[in-house]
Order: sequence, then C-alpha cells, then structure tokens
Amino acid sequence: MERKVIELDQGWDYMQKGITKLKRILEGSVEQFNSEEYMMLYTTIYNMCTQKPPHDYSQQLYDKYKDSFEEYISSTVLPAIREKHDEFMLRELVKRWGNHKLMVRWLSRFFHYLDRYFIARRSLPALNEVGLTCFRSLVCFFRQNFDTFCILIQIDKEREGEQIDKALLKNVLDIFVEIGMGQMDCYEQDFEAPMLEDTGVYYSHKASSWILDDSCPAYMLKSEECLKKERDRVAHYLHSSSEAKLVEKVQHELLVNFSTQLLEKENSGCRALLRDDKVDDLSRMYRLYHKIPKGLDPVATIFKQHITAEGMLLVQQAEDAASNQLFFDSQVLIRKVIELHDKYLAYVSDCFQNHTLFHKAMKEAFEIFCNKTVGGSPSAELLATFCDNILKKGGSEKLSDEAIEDILEKVVKLLAYISDKDLFAEFYRKKLARRLLFERSANEEHVTDLTLAKDNQNEFENYLSNNPNAHPGIDLSVNVLTTGFWPSYKSSDLNLPSEMVRGVQVFKEFYDTKSKHRKLTWIYSLGSCQLIGNFEAKKIEMVVSTYQAAILLLFNTSDRLSYSEIMTQSNLGHEDLVRLLHSLSCAKYKILIKEPISKTVSPNDIFEFNPKFTDRMRRIKIPLPVVDERKKVVEDVDKDRRYAIDAAIVRIMKSRKVLGHQQLVSECVEQLSRMFKPDIKAIKKRMEDLIARDYLERDKENANLFRYLA
Amino acid sequence: MERIDNVFYSYANKSSGLIDPEGIEALCSDLEVDHTDVRILMLAWKMKAEKQGYFTLEEWRRGLKALRADNVHKLKKALPELEKEVKRPTNFVDFYSYAFQYCLTEEKQKSIDIESICQLLDLALGFQFRAQVDYFIDYLKIQSDYKVINLDQWMGFYRFCNEISFPDLSNYDPELAWPLILDNFVEWLRAKQT
Repeated sequence: MERKVIELDQGWDYMQKGITKLKRILEGSVEQFNSEEYMMLYTTIYNMCTQKPPHDYSQQLYDKYKDSFEEYISSTVLPAIREKHDEFMLRELVKRWGNHKLMVRWLSRFFHYLDRYFIARRSLPALNEVGLTCFRSLVCFFRQNFDTFCILIQIDKEREGEQIDKALLKNVLDIFVEIGMGQMDCYEQDFEAPMLEDTGVYYSHKASSWILDDSCPAYMLKSEECLKKERDRVAHYLHSSSEAKLVEKVQHELLVNFSTQLLEKENSGCRALLRDDKVDDLSRMYRLYHKIPKGLDPVATIFKQHITAEGMLLVQQAEDAASNQLFFDSQVLIRKVIELHDKYLAYVSDCFQNHTLFHKAMKEAFEIFCNKTVGGSPSAELLATFCDNILKKGGSEKLSDEAIEDILEKVVKLLAYISDKDLFAEFYRKKLARRLLFERSANEEHVTDLTLAKDNQNEFENYLSNNPNAHPGIDLSVNVLTTGFWPSYKSSDLNLPSEMVRGVQVFKEFYDTKSKHRKLTWIYSLGSCQLIGNFEAKKIEMVVSTYQAAILLLFNTSDRLSYSEIMTQSNLGHEDLVRLLHSLSCAKYKILIKEPISKTVSPNDIFEFNPKFTDRMRRIKIPLPVVDERKKVVEDVDKDRRYAIDAAIVRIMKSRKVLGHQQLVSECVEQLSRMFKPDIKAIKKRMEDLIARDYLERDKENANLFRYLA
Repeated sequence: MERIDNVFYSYANKSSGLIDPEGIEALCSDLEVDHTDVRILMLAWKMKAEKQGYFTLEEWRRGLKALRADNVHKLKKALPELEKEVKRPTNFVDFYSYAFQYCLTEEKQKSIDIESICQLLDLALGFQFRAQVDYFIDYLKIQSDYKVINLDQWMGFYRFCNEISFPDLSNYDPELAWPLILDNFVEWLRAKQT
C-alpha cells in the first residue's frame, strides 16, 4: 500500500509540537517523552526524507533543524543570560549550556535519519555539530565581551585575596573548551587571549609599585608567591594548556621587565646579597630567573664582578704589604685565595645548582686576579713556593698526610686558572729537587738517583777503608747525580781551598775505577761543610755551605783580607761574594769583622777574622739566603717556550700545508694554552725564524698566507 | 754582436775575463754616472748580473742586446728609458727583490747588515717613498732587535710603502702577517706622533 505523502507544513507542525514539549521540559516541566512519542517523531522525519521528489524534504528539514536552535537561543537563551549580572550571569550561562546540550541530543535523535544519508551525500556537518555550533556562534560571539569580562573580574578578585566560586569558573571555562569540539580556538581566542592581556596589565601595575617600595628579597618572595598562585589557578579552573603562557606572562611582567632595577637595587640587589652571604635569597633568585631565557646572564655577570673584586682586594693587600716592606707572607695570600675559591664553589653548587654559566663566571673571575704579580713574584712562583712549604719537613705548616693531599688538590684547581703553567712546573721542579737533595721532604718517594747516590757513597767509603793510601784528608761524602734528571744548576769555578782539593782528587780516582766513560762536574754551590772555628772563648762547630767554607778557610793563611783579595783568591763573582760575605759579617753570626761597619757589603770593604766571636751553642748553622732563582727560572722557561712555539707552528703547518696568518696564530695559541699563553709577538718572531730556516714560506700573491716547505 | 763583445773587452780584466769593480768604475765615468747611482743597479738588473761588482760576458751581452746598445754612447742614451722601464709597477717588484739578492756576497748569506740595508733602501726606494724610507732608516739605526734584515722583511717594507697610508698609518693592522720589525716600526712611529 502506498504511503500517504506528508506535506512539509503538516509534518513540520507535528515536529514543532515535539520541539515545544522539549523546550518546556528544559524550562523545568516534569513532562517526559515516552517511546511511542519518540518513535512517531523519528518516523515522521524518516518518511519525509524518503518520499519521492518533489516531496523529499531532507534539505528543508535540515535547515529547519538548525533554525530551531537559533530561534530558541535568540528568543529565550540570550535574554535569560543577558538579564543577569556577574556571577549570576555565569551561572545562567552554565545552566543554559547544559540545556543546550540536552536539546541537541534529543533533536538530533528525532532527526537522526538525516545523519544517516543526507549529510554524507551532501558533505554537510553532522547534526550534533550543527547544534553545538549554533550555541557557539550565537552565544559566544555575542556574549564574548560580557562573559569573558565577568570571568576576568572574578579572577582579579581572587588575586586580591577574595574568595570566589572556583567550581563555577571551571564549569564556564569547560563550555569554552567543549564548544570547540576538539579544537581549542574558542577557548584561546574568546577567553585565554583577553585573560592573558588582563593578567599582564594586573601584574605590570603591581610590579611598578613593588619595585619602588620593596627590597630585592621581598620582591622576589612576592614574585615567587604570585607564580605559585597562578599555577594553582590553572589547577583549579583554567585549562592546563594555559599554564605555560600564563607563567610566561607573569614572569615577563614581574621579572623580565624590571630585571635590571631588581638586580641592581642599591642595598638589597644581587651585589648586596653576595656581599652579605644571603644564600637563601640568591637561591631564590636563581630559581626565578632560571627558566627565563638569558635571565641568568646579568646575575652571572654580577657574580663574576663580585668575585673579581674580592680577589683583587686580596692581591692588592698583599701587594701593599710587599711594597711597604712589611712582612709579605705569600702563604697567607694563597690560603686566602683557596678559601675564596672554596666559598664561591659552594655558592655555585648550592645557590646556583652547578649551572655552567656560574662555573664559567667563577673561572673567568679567578683567571683575572690569579695571574697578577705580587711583590715582584709571578703568581706561578707563589703557588710553587706554597706547595714547597707544605711539603717540606720543618716547613711552616705541620700537616697530616690527609691534610696535605687535601690542600694540594685545591692548589691543582687554582693552577687551572694560571696561564703560565709551564712557569709553575719549572719553579716546582726546582724546589722539588732542592727538597730531595737536602732531604727536607715530608713524604717524598725515594728518587732512584738519590738511592744510587747513596750506594755510591757507601762504595766510596769501602774504597777508602780498603785503600790506606787514598786519604782525602777530610771526611768527605759525595752525592753523584745524573744530569738530565735534575734541574740545571750553575756551578762557578770556585778556587777550591787546599784542604778540600785532595778530597776531591781521591774521589775522582775512586770514581774512575767504577766507570771510565763518565765525566764529573762538581756543583760546589750545593755542598755543605762543617768547620771548627778556634775562637778565643771556645771552639765552635759551624755548619756552612761549601762557598762559605772556602771563604773562611782563606783566613787560615791571612788574618785580614780585602774584598778584591777574597775575590781573586776564591774566584767567585760579585753576586755570590756579596751574598756570602754578608752572611758571615753582617747577619746574626759575625764570624768576620767588616770594615767599615755597615749593613751592606761593598767592594771597598776589608774583612778580618773575629777571634772574639762566641755563642752559647757549641754547634751553629750559618744560613745562606738562597739566591733568587726567579730570573734563571724565567729564562729557562722562556727558552723552552721558544722551542714549544716552534714545534707547534711546524706541527700545524705540516698538517695544513697552507694556512692564513691569523688562523695559524690562533691555532698555535690554542695548542699551547695547556701550558702557557703565548705572546703574539713571540709567535711572529718564531715564524720569521722558521722562514729564514726554510721551514715556511710566504705566498707570493697573498702576503697573509703561509706555505709549509717539505 | 761583435761590437758588443769589443766594448766588453775594453773594460774587462785581462786575466779574469770579467768586468771587475775597477772596470765598472771606468764604465761609470764614461757613462758620466756615479758608480753608486741607482742606474748602475738597474743596468745590473737588466743584465741579470749575479755577482755584485762583476759582469760576465754573457750578462753583458744580455743587457746590451736588450737595450739595443752596441757602444757606450748608445748605452748612455738608453739609460733614461731603462729607468722608466724599471719604475713601471710590474717590473719594479722584480727589480726591488733583485736589488736585495744582488747584495748578498757570501755563498750561504741570507741577510744583509743594517748599515748596507740603509744605503740600499735609499738607493732603491728613496725616489719613490722618500718619507717612509727616511723614517725607516732612522728607526733601523736606533733599534737593537735586529742586526740584519732578510728578504722577507725587505719585501715586507715595499708592501708597507704601497699599502699603508702615511704618515697616519690608519690602516695598519699588527694582527696581520706583517714582519715583526714593521710592527715595532709602526709602534715607534705612533709613539713619536703623540
């Protein structure tokens, strides 16, 4: 049987009844749809869509579906919302949204048949989407200013400390999210963007007054709290996607905009915090600025400046002491530098979480003041002297092995900052050798050579006892060292006193029996001697250096000698002689009397044996101040550096074949940086030398290019 | 050809077969040119003469043929032209470099003492860069870092005269590959200027 055709008006009338009933239900009526009513409504749509054209009303029904919503919204929903204010408006909005979703659900069920074929065929949006979009485009679009404005007022109220209905806000914001149907654009454009702007204005205002009134720590505390509160806000009712943007906004207003004023605050800014060791505040500063791009840069700069100033102060104090000829104790200076280092290393790890920026700042600061010369001594030398004192027996420090290791580890860290590392190495080596030779070391391992030297001495003594003819005339013990293992020592042509000549001769004979191919060079400057002085009061045994003994023994043949006579007879140079005579006539023990009496030795002086000399001790040691080895060490190091630069240049050019001048210089500097910082002029000079020796040539066309000559 | 050879033999030393310093002096007086004149150096350059103070037959032939002179009179006339030729930038570098090497008398010698360099500078560059040459000569005499000058430094100075604006020295950069002696020279000049 043919179905009866339903006309559009007719069918729509019937549908309208159903829709109206639905609206009543939404408005609060207790009515319900039973399954029969539901079926009828569904079937009506079905029939009207499946009728043969021109009675196929799919398109019209689709449009009318949409119109139903729009009509309801504009006539009922919008006015309902509009007539309320503030919180109440928001509540109404939430309620209406809930209603709307219900309406969409029911109507799309009634009109479901459209979903099945019509929309796919015409590539139209589904019923659900249409419904929801209506709410959005009409409500959201028109309401955006009012809704959003309402919400923002609530938020600002909460910022000021008032209690607000967080759940309500969450519901409202959920609408924004749901409306997007998978996209966040409604939320972002209609809510988030104005919210961020409002936040910016709010905090900008706060910051401008805080920055004037608050100290840096107080401001930072407030900032930290604000950030925490904003994060909580996100957790309570904002969408999680807003967190990053919100935090960034707040950071920008509070921390970035006023960064300079904050950090540079007169009595409470970064500098003052460092000065007053405010570890907590500095940690907070780090936490706050850590996430901001380049936020830590100014902090690190101030950190570096602070350390540099403190270091320079130490250096300056030491320099002042030295120049006023007050006692300049380099031990104290180095200790203080070590303390400074430990202190700021702790800062870097505790306050600044070992961030590389701060390690770098500290390193650069130390490099600045650790390379200064103090009291004429380069820092490399001071450091070496410090180590020497720690390590030698009877040094100014008496420390346990553990303590020594600890300190030396710290010294190594300081060494990293010194550019003339090779200078340190050379000074250290010289002092090490001296410690070993005079057995003043505190825990040195036996150097093989010294062991050999001891063996040698034992053999010599055996030789003497077996050879009655070989009599040195004096007790003699000799340390034979292998050249090359030890630093080079200068040895002058001392005129050996007759008493010693025989001894040396006998030893030489002994040594020749041991090995015919070795040559002995005597370093008298390192020897020591025990002399017995026959003074009027009593005999006194004097422990002196060989040089001092040589001079004293001259007075065995003459009571009185002039400076020049002593010089000729001993064959020593002015530098040595002045030092020696001073130690014997102007220092604590005046074995010789100097004419004229004064504090310094001059070439016109006359010296006389002092028979009246006495001391309550039977045995005295007459110290000889060590000659300033600094000049020699610097010379040696300069020489080594010349070779090192040559080698570096040749190495680089051999592998590159052709290289520009600036590149060559910079690669050279880099290669040598482990040991020292080469002077650019020195590099140029070595290059010229290498050109003259045909290792390199300058390119004919380009004067800045060099070529390796195989 | 024969005439060229004849002129040669008129100045040459009978035993050695070369024109020696004495012969050169005679030649100079005939040319009415002082024997320290730069034009003799130019002539030596044209001949590619190897040893200072001596001309071989081959060198003589080379030079005179190139100058199209077969007697002293023509040679004298050719000198102004020769001067112009040498002063052309393309040739001058070659001449300048030659001047240095010509003065190396010993076999393995690679540098020339300060005194001689000063004279050579005056001779070879004086006419072109009077101010620079005078100052540099002053500097060479008072400095003590270098007792001799090598070819690289010699050529460097010519580059210096050509490239660096004088006397302001505004475009001199010691970070470039200028010989160290020039770095020191510029430092000295700048100190004088303040």
